[in-house]
Amino acid sequence: MIKRNISRRGLMKGAAVAGVGLAAPQFFIRGAYAYTNEPKGGSVILGFNVPQTGAYADEGADELRAYQLAVEHLNGEGDGGMLNTFSSKALKGSGVLGKKVEFVTGDTQTKSDAARASAKRMIEKDGAVMITGGSSSGVAIAVQGLCQEAGVIFMAGLTHSNDTTGKDKRANGFRHFFNTEMSGAALGPVLKNAYGTDRKAYHLTADYTWGWSQEGSIKKYTEQLGWETTAAVRTPLGAGDFSQYITPVLNSGADVLVLNHYGKDMVNSLTQAVQFGLRDKQVNGKDFAIIVPLYSRLMAQGAGENVKGILGSTNWHWSLQDEGSVAFVKSFGQKYGFPPSQAAHTCYCQALLYADAAERAGTFMPSEVGKALEGFTFDGLGNGPTEYRASDHQCFKDVLVVRGKENPTSNYDLLEVVEVTPRAQVEYPAEMLGGELGPYNNGA
Amino acid sequence: MFPAWMLETMDAILLQVLNGLDKGGAYALIALGLTLIFGTLGVVNFAHGALFMLGAFCAVTLKEILSWEMVTIDPTQKTAWGTPLEVRTPYIEAWLGDAGSFILDYSVPFSILFAIPIMLVIGIVMERGLIKHFYKRPHVEQILVTFGLAIVLQEIVKSVFGANPIPQPAPDMLSGSADIGAFFGLPANTVVYPYWRMVYLAFSGVVIAGVFAFLQFTTFGMVVRAGMADRETVGLLGIDIDRRFTIVFGLAAVVAGLAGVMYTPILSPDYHMGMDFLVLSFVVVVVGGMGSLGGAVAAGFLLGILQSFASMNEVKSIFPGIDQIIIYLIAVVILLVRPRGLMGRKGVMEG
Repeated sequence: MIKRNISRRGLMKGAAVAGVGLAAPQFFIRGAYAYTNEPKGGSVILGFNVPQTGAYADEGADELRAYQLAVEHLNGEGDGGMLNTFSSKALKGSGVLGKKVEFVTGDTQTKSDAARASAKRMIEKDGAVMITGGSSSGVAIAVQGLCQEAGVIFMAGLTHSNDTTGKDKRANGFRHFFNTEMSGAALGPVLKNAYGTDRKAYHLTADYTWGWSQEGSIKKYTEQLGWETTAAVRTPLGAGDFSQYITPVLNSGADVLVLNHYGKDMVNSLTQAVQFGLRDKQVNGKDFAIIVPLYSRLMAQGAGENVKGILGSTNWHWSLQDEGSVAFVKSFGQKYGFPPSQAAHTCYCQALLYADAAERAGTFMPSEVGKALEGFTFDGLGNGPTEYRASDHQCFKDVLVVRGKENPTSNYDLLEVVEVTPRAQVEYPAEMLGGELGPYNNGA
Repeated sequence: MFPAWMLETMDAILLQVLNGLDKGGAYALIALGLTLIFGTLGVVNFAHGALFMLGAFCAVTLKEILSWEMVTIDPTQKTAWGTPLEVRTPYIEAWLGDAGSFILDYSVPFSILFAIPIMLVIGIVMERGLIKHFYKRPHVEQILVTFGLAIVLQEIVKSVFGANPIPQPAPDMLSGSADIGAFFGLPANTVVYPYWRMVYLAFSGVVIAGVFAFLQFTTFGMVVRAGMADRETVGLLGIDIDRRFTIVFGLAAVVAGLAGVMYTPILSPDYHMGMDFLVLSFVVVVVGGMGSLGGAVAAGFLLGILQSFASMNEVKSIFPGIDQIIIYLIAVVILLVRPRGLMGRKGVMEG
């Protein structure tokens, strides 16, 4: 899906450039391509790599909508959205560095190998200078590694595992989304208030990097409260029918079920847990509780009635009333007729943040764009004051704790914000999660 | 009456048996159709999973038709992004009032009536249009052509309904869970099981019994069974066995389709659900014995229950990962001990 208009003049220019290139001596050619896919014409190509099929396809569809909106705003079409509220004023709605923003898309299929293949295609064949998107930590880590080798910037989409900016972090990779460590730190105090300190938790965990990471973080913070972990059971990604994993919960003596599932898996496991009567059950003289540590409105919509009263954390929610969120919901809602999800929000932000960094750096060269992002503090993108930490390329900002609404007023009004946990409370030292950024790779 | 630990194990076992039974119900229904087709037509039908999926999408389609909405704009209220609020009411509720809401709520059971004629037509068209040309070909070619057909059907459904699962709620009354433990004299609220899963189990029992009764007690069934035993002799007696076999193919499609319709509240259907069940169903058929209807049903329930037990923590702590391979492990063991499967007849697929 490349939108490129070849005009006679463009063709002549291209031919002239090619002629000069051929005529130039060898060392001059090396200089001509300072980094992978250096944009030479009047446009710059971004690669949007999102799941269009598979367990996280809903998120992927919404991410793509957000990217299309971001491209419009960057090129000065539409109402400008969060460009107007963004604290950095480098972008003027005239593309990036005077070049029109164009894009190509790929389908990650929520599988690491397919995601790498589509990212590779966009870099090698379509000439994308940056890859962004995705809705799985397994995919994000795989694509991040590929982008590091290829010498392009990777702006991660929805990925929540600690490892993306922890043990598997790379210099060319950047993440705006929060992680399981922050979810655990934010949920801890809320869980203590809601359910007390004497609880027995049973985990069902999606069996891949994100699931393990989230299980670890929630265990860590709930055990600090004095909770016991009865069992932690791994379930295959995309299992569909979780009943065989839910029936053992009924008589395990546990009084809390933690669902470390996301997307379609969470919709199925939560729906089935409620069908088995877990939400209305009494165990050890307490009301049984279900917790979904990573929540999204899309999932809440899929699970319908079943989300009522269930606690979790989220990166962003459309009902927020700050200037940036209102502007984003307005332009997204007017274009598509429904509010954006957290996946859409983080992807839109990543596209803007990349464009802004390139504009400020004066080049698309990965090492220079990276330096412009490192330690960058900004506001007006819906999460309050935010910092891209230099030591691990992770954004730090407030975290939202949300609960399924008891009386939703519309199909989209399903979650209510219970608490905004301040950034200071969820911050941790970069060394804690291990890993090495290593040097930037500019490719070429 | 019992010590506490015994009660607890009994609860857990009872639950896993129940869970295995309704999983087994779905396996048995699909395997039954597969075996019917294989036994009568001698065709290995890899498109059978797609028939299960099409059945599920009959339910989705009916629900979509029923919930076509009347959109009125309420100018007094605004959405968060500044456009006037749209008030949506399904036409059927606007026209029929409470009866409309009832039909909408019970759309899954009503889909059975909708799915029977559609699946019958799909089955007959499939057999007459494509599969009958492959009767005399080797099994490998039949597998290729039916597998290709399955992929085509899958892509059609994907292009119409999208790649995402579409939730189909069970009727309100049946969406909760029942206290089965109390029924068996166990303490209250220890063994609870969702109503809809029990409905599914009962439904699969009724369909299986129906198919067997049809084959055992009707003249049509008798001819079909005779044809399964010796197709040529029945033909020589002046009976048009081909026409009957076409109808059997339609019947198998209906059975798979109904299994799919009723499964939708348990698992939100997507275009890929047929493939997920197909492989398992083939294992079920092989374990039960190629061409044996009773074997297919017995193996369906057996494998469902074993799969359910393999997911218990106590079992998983001894054999990690057993829940994912149990079915194939059982298949290997049974084929080593009884190479023709549990109830396989001599001479089927052996020459």
